[in-house]
Amino acid sequence: MYVAVKGGERAIDNAHAWLAEERRGDTDIAELTVLQIREQLVLAVNRVMAEGSLYDPDLAALAIKQARGDLIEAVFLIRAYRTTLPRFGASHPVDTGAMACDRRISATFKDLPGGQILGPTFDYTHRLLDFALAAEGLEVPEAPQGAPSDAAVPHVTDFLAREDLIQGEPDGSATPRDLTREPLDFPADRPLRLQALTRGDEGFVLSMAYSTQRGYGRNHPFVGELRIGTVPVEMDIPELGFAIELGEVVLTECETVNQFTGSKTEPPQFTRGYGLVFGQTERKAISMALVDRALRWEELGEDNVGAPAQDAEFVLYHSDNVQATGFLEHIKLPHYVDFQSELELIRRLRAEAMQATGQEAAE
Amino acid sequence: MSVTDPKPAPATEARRARLSTLAKAPAARLKALWAAHMPEPPAHDLLRAPEIGTVMVHGRAGAVGAPFNLGEMTVTRCSVRLPSGAVGHGHVQGRDREAALAAALIDALAEDGQASALEAAILRPLRAEAEARKTARAARAAATKVEFFTMVRGENA
Repeated sequence: MYVAVKGGERAIDNAHAWLAEERRGDTDIAELTVLQIREQLVLAVNRVMAEGSLYDPDLAALAIKQARGDLIEAVFLIRAYRTTLPRFGASHPVDTGAMACDRRISATFKDLPGGQILGPTFDYTHRLLDFALAAEGLEVPEAPQGAPSDAAVPHVTDFLAREDLIQGEPDGSATPRDLTREPLDFPADRPLRLQALTRGDEGFVLSMAYSTQRGYGRNHPFVGELRIGTVPVEMDIPELGFAIELGEVVLTECETVNQFTGSKTEPPQFTRGYGLVFGQTERKAISMALVDRALRWEELGEDNVGAPAQDAEFVLYHSDNVQATGFLEHIKLPHYVDFQSELELIRRLRAEAMQATGQEAAE
Repeated sequence: MSVTDPKPAPATEARRARLSTLAKAPAARLKALWAAHMPEPPAHDLLRAPEIGTVMVHGRAGAVGAPFNLGEMTVTRCSVRLPSGAVGHGHVQGRDREAALAAALIDALAEDGQASALEAAILRPLRAEAEARKTARAARAAATKVEFFTMVRGENA
């Protein structure tokens, strides 16, 4: 129970003034610009766009600055801003097969059309702090360039699908349910689950995925393919009567290929887990694919072993960090009346217990 | 009228290409080229004042299956009519109202018979720059392509 408590306005105003001062930090140090954040903290910007569910690098960078680097707070700012905007419509589904790939690797096939492209990755770095970066004005040498190829970079799962070795994907509805427009409701179909996972907290989705690898709903994933790159976004424009490209987005896509020995309803074949996330967000996309696959136990006729990652309600109700933060942090707000009644209850119970003990001792 | 007509008319295809190029162009670059080409914007009525909104981007489950909501992106749109009656519709990614207005005016002027001048002054440079950016990334990606080689075993040497 909450009651209005007045009298805090001046303290709140002053707290916010101090917050602004602390955000700026030492004024002898140059102020960080939004463009610097956008260009040099790209992976933070990407995470805020993915979990904020809004692709706009400038806004995400601004949110990070305003939130003093607290990424969940930045996600909250982005979500709040998004609700002020009208939605013009929905795009055609993006064609990730036609992606201009910065990175494309497969853990299942060594030699594959399009090749293994490492891209700008942390993999194979030694994770040693590079003190050279502490010096400013460092010249960054131009990265080596190869001969770009126009050859198609087809999805790995296409090869398996051609031999009918991997489960097909049903078409589904052209207008998927949207959890930003209607309350999350169960049973949640796969498109709804994918929406929740792609905007879910990276740490939560990572831990859920990790739990399946450690045995809580194990599903034997291989990273069939991981690709990062740019795709155009196309939408029908009613006043024109045809579709145009409205822009481009960077996406990370992970397709897992999972061992599957067949069930009551399905023949032995490989099955798929799928991750698709805004920005260069590799850890999140792989995690999403593993959790997606774990949540598919029912449609594949697998056993529910009671693992947390198989429980759609558990996963989807707890994956959103803005909701979780809101509920978690509300307990720090005034609960004076609530607590007053708890206090009286404890005093009464304690008095009764003491009295009873006193009587027993007397008898 | 379907957007999936197998063979769109050439005029439709040209307009589609034009609007897509304008939508994807960096806003600052679009505005600079527009201002250089037409320092005084032509007289026009605003059918729809520049408006910032979002578009829900769809992905597909397993890349080829059921559509799902991936998240939204910001888009700014604007529609104008010239005194001749020609109508232009501009869309740009992001939140730049002036860029959306420029895109709408360019579209209207192109519909009004100025397509080749605009093509030379604005669209061709934008396309060339986009292509150059794309090639620069593709070249770097190509340099990180793994060239596997097989170790030659003793008995084959």
